[in-house]
Amino acid sequence: MSTLEIKDLQVSVETEDGPKEILKGVTLTINSGETHAIMGPNGSGKSTLAYSIAGHPKYSITGGTVTLDGEDVLEMSVDERAKAGLFLAMQYPVEVPGVSVANFLRTAKTALDGEAPKLRTWVKDVNGAMDKMHLDPSFSQRSVNEGFSGGEKKRHEIAQLDILDPAFALLDEIDSGLDIDALKVVSEGINDFRAREAKSVLLITHYTRILRYVKPDQVHVFVAGRIAESGGPELAEELEANGYEKYVAAGV
Amino acid sequence: MTAAVQEALELGKVESHLHPEGSFDVEAHEVPKGREEIWRFTPLKRLHDIHDDAPFADGATKVEVEAAEGVTVETVAADDDVRGLSGLVPTDRVSARAWAASTGATVVRIPTDTVVEGATVIRHHGTGSATAGAGHAVIVAEKFAKATVVLVFEGSAVVADNIEIVVEDGADLTVVSVQDWADDAVHLSTQHAKVGRDANLKHVSVSFGGDVVRHDFSAEYAGPGGSVESLGLYFADAGQHIEHRLFVDHTAPKTKSNVVYKGALQGEKAHAVWIGNVLIRKEAEGIETYEENRNLILTDGAWADSVPNLEIETGEIEGAGHASAIGRFDDEQLFYLQSRSISETEAKRLVVHGFFNDLIRQIGVPELEEKLTGTVEAELAKNINTLITKDNA
Ligand SMILES: Nc1ncnc2c1ncn2[C@@H]1O[C@H](COP(=O)(O)OP(=O)(O)OP(=O)(O)O)[C@@H](O)[C@H]1O
Ligand SMILES: [Mg+2]
Repeated sequence: MSTLEIKDLQVSVETEDGPKEILKGVTLTINSGETHAIMGPNGSGKSTLAYSIAGHPKYSITGGTVTLDGEDVLEMSVDERAKAGLFLAMQYPVEVPGVSVANFLRTAKTALDGEAPKLRTWVKDVNGAMDKMHLDPSFSQRSVNEGFSGGEKKRHEIAQLDILDPAFALLDEIDSGLDIDALKVVSEGINDFRAREAKSVLLITHYTRILRYVKPDQVHVFVAGRIAESGGPELAEELEANGYEKYVAAGV
Repeated sequence: MTAAVQEALELGKVESHLHPEGSFDVEAHEVPKGREEIWRFTPLKRLHDIHDDAPFADGATKVEVEAAEGVTVETVAADDDVRGLSGLVPTDRVSARAWAASTGATVVRIPTDTVVEGATVIRHHGTGSATAGAGHAVIVAEKFAKATVVLVFEGSAVVADNIEIVVEDGADLTVVSVQDWADDAVHLSTQHAKVGRDANLKHVSVSFGGDVVRHDFSAEYAGPGGSVESLGLYFADAGQHIEHRLFVDHTAPKTKSNVVYKGALQGEKAHAVWIGNVLIRKEAEGIETYEENRNLILTDGAWADSVPNLEIETGEIEGAGHASAIGRFDDEQLFYLQSRSISETEAKRLVVHGFFNDLIRQIGVPELEEKLTGTVEAELAKNINTLITKDNA
């Protein structure tokens, strides 16, 4: 069970000219088992929303609340949020030179469970997850994301989603930079995850392309740091046809 | 003067501050005051006067040799001709004093065509003696020989030494110098290599312990096609001064050098200095050189100086480059790891391991790799405690 409740969230970043407000009051509830899609133009604050929920130190929360099953997420450190069940697949996954994927995953899993994973099943699980994402087993020995292509980085994020099995997945433009085959592979990975019990997904994207494979329960239009409109899957179709113009022009 | 020295002096004279005139005469080197270019980073007050006129005596370290099969290790008298074989001519007072004060030399010889399995280890245990020691060693890999020699320094001592490395034509030698000293040790080491035609030298300096550790490593080439890989790894703790001065003198065409030094610093007044000098002489056409120094500052109060110098006297080179960086933890890396449930402390530990890992792998001495990873871990354990107390404060 996990319900993520975001209420009137306001977020700013420090810039050379002082703090700049990016999120101007975001309210959104994602119930257990639901998939929500957020769509919006460049620079509207989608990544800021994802990072703020995950606890990136760059963003300061100036107002509002985020709770997971009633627990105050904003009070938690980054790793506590992950342990509470949040997982962020990043738009630009970070390279960690010299740290092998195998070591990284084992360390993460150990931190998550409070004990080291059982060796026998663990290797099988990791290889299985890599294989599903069409990543060669040799990736386990490579440094985290170092020298990975854009698509490989994204598939590696979904392999982690599979292995770490959080309650709640924030997927920030998981579809960008993927060719159609990779998009299908990644979508299958997300759908496998969703098929597990009580998993929630917040899918941030520019394009309706991925929504053909990963069907959302709700779609939100995100413009200028706010949700401008919410609706069902049909809203994505409308955006595909007409773009964001009407929302941007409305100056919402 | 030995034939080798004669030869070295016959190379064209270079008007470069990178290439000071050497001398065996102690009095030709003035007592450093601290403003001299080569001494400006070194805390002279902590040298127990070995840069001035403190006496040297035998017994500062006990030496233990584990020679691999096929390698001979012997002690020769100070007047033996083997001294100076590498072309080493002291360019500072400490090196000149150590040369003059040495009562003998340890000679490690790998005979022609001998390919040696396993490492030859020469262990120096500091005995805690109040009097400083002066050491001299000559490592000779004869033609087409292949071997690994590891020098280990541990315990308490004040030591100045000259280590000569001769890699004859076609030979392939790895020399690792591990400074795992106790906290109060002072070690000033001058290490010089002469690399023959088509020969390979991998020189590795690893510094963890000691109050002041200063290593000057220089290399020259006796013929074309030689290659020097100079690797360094250091971990400076509170109050520690770890200094590396590298000088690769490209004296022959088609030679290669690759210098990579990486260090982590933690604690109040932890200080690391890296000076990377490369000189490409007129006759050194078609050479390739790259030097790099990276410092990771783990806590406040630690600082690093990193100065690469490249002097080029010929336009006919294959490639020359350098990189130098002094940085702190990357927030994005820590965030990424933490967002996968890994605690901040553990994330930092992973990043530091990663920072050193590639380098440790490049050393290519399996017995050592595990030990070094362990030592990095032990060093980090100290830091992690200070971090925790900081967080709790
Ligand atoms: N450090 C910063 N200094 C100044 N502006 C910033 C900083 N970080 C983010 N911003 C701004 O915040 C706004 C929102 O950025 P964000 O990355 O959340 O947008 P996005 O909707 O994810 O865009 P995209 O679709 O391009 O990924 C942008 O205008 C961006 O330039
Ligand atoms: Mg974005």
